[in-house]
Amino acid sequence: MINDIIAIIKDYWLLLLIGQYPNGPLGGLANTLILSALSIALAFPVSILFALARLSKWPMLRWPVTALVYVTRGVPLLMLILWSYFLVPLWTGADVPSFVTMLTTLVVYQGAFLSEVVRAGIVALGHGQMEAARALGHSYLGAMRYIILPQALYNMIPSIISTFVSTIKDTTLGYVINVPDLTFAASQVNNQLLTQPFQVFLILAIVYYAICWSLTHVANRLERRIALRRAGPSSLRATPLVATSKIVSEQL
Amino acid sequence: MSGFDLSAILSNPEYVEMLLHGIEMTFVIYIGSWLLAMTLALVFLGLRFSPLRFGNSIVAAYVSYHRNVPTLVQLMLWYFGIFTLMPQGWTTWLAGHNAEAIFAIIGLGLCQAAYFSEDLRSGLRSVNPGQMEAAKALGHSYISAMRFVIMPQGVRNALPPLINHSVSLFKNSSLALVIGASELTHAVKEIENLSFRTFEIYLVGTVLYLFFSLLIMTGGAYLSMRADPARSARA
Repeated sequence: MINDIIAIIKDYWLLLLIGQYPNGPLGGLANTLILSALSIALAFPVSILFALARLSKWPMLRWPVTALVYVTRGVPLLMLILWSYFLVPLWTGADVPSFVTMLTTLVVYQGAFLSEVVRAGIVALGHGQMEAARALGHSYLGAMRYIILPQALYNMIPSIISTFVSTIKDTTLGYVINVPDLTFAASQVNNQLLTQPFQVFLILAIVYYAICWSLTHVANRLERRIALRRAGPSSLRATPLVATSKIVSEQL
Repeated sequence: MSGFDLSAILSNPEYVEMLLHGIEMTFVIYIGSWLLAMTLALVFLGLRFSPLRFGNSIVAAYVSYHRNVPTLVQLMLWYFGIFTLMPQGWTTWLAGHNAEAIFAIIGLGLCQAAYFSEDLRSGLRSVNPGQMEAAKALGHSYISAMRFVIMPQGVRNALPPLINHSVSLFKNSSLALVIGASELTHAVKEIENLSFRTFEIYLVGTVLYLFFSLLIMTGGAYLSMRADPARSARA
């Protein structure tokens, strides 16, 4: 079993890494990572706009975006992929590569999910920050730009990394519309070997695990650091107090 | 293709039957994997809180694996991989009993168990330790304190994430399409191939998914309200 796996990796590592790149489109792991990174990079500004619209006091802005977020959260990603597969060529009137279709879907989907994260980040800051900024003469947008968003986004960094992890996992669904990503490369390998499907898909699972686990790890560490920083010096002062009270209660 | 015409699909008994069958299979997969996931999650919870030292790390490794490997890859590993490694007798039996649906239930259920067990654990951990001390002081044994004091509060705390994950499990049931289970998304694609009414049939499929997802969310919201009227009124 282990020997099979090593042999497969030896023979096919290039295909799994970059697909048929020099002789065809870029694929494999490289494509998975590029697709995920692009999706998050594009979904991020979209999510800020969505969040601001959902927090807006104008129903004209709030309602359509709220509806969009609810629809996105209630419908399987696979269904949305099938929608874009059909709609994106219709809008652009051209033959669209499956990579672009998948990117569009992920931007809308992750944009909707991230917008909930951004909204929570802004709401969690509390009213005081906005009131203080307004009192200092900032306009609403100025306060958002210089006071609220920098703090909210900083607190959200771990959530954004988590979304990045789930985007990497979601790119596997591109398999359905033949996006040449890592999953696609693995199924190509499987089709060539035919006899060792378990070994091939085990390799696939291990690679995804390694990438997503390391990112999750980074997110967790950042989260702890940010939590400590947000708590400020007061948390350091509080520690000995808790410790003393524990000692006291134990003595009692 | 002529203009928008929903009746072309809804008035064709063949398509309606395919849709109904798809909905039925989606629910078979959903309910089956939900039950499997919840049973496993409770077992994991027991392991987490048990005095066995390695119980905790086994569950932690399980959760870590299922959180970091895409669900689709897990389904593929089960259906294309483990299925072929099984003894001959099992394979024939499974092939005769809708193997696609069975592996969809196993794959989705095992994966979701990781999320459910984490939800329950965080719910239980948010119960103040004082509650256990108080229950013991009142003469409860560990088991009965768990049963009557800790679990009711812990499960109530865990309800919101459990509901969210129940909805995402419902949505993930569409992944069974990839291993060929004939659920709702599969039916939608089939009807699209037959009728060429892409827009209409995707709309029907989307509305159906949205309807059932909202139904689960509303049911969950009702359950949370029943479990803790005071807190829901505040939220």
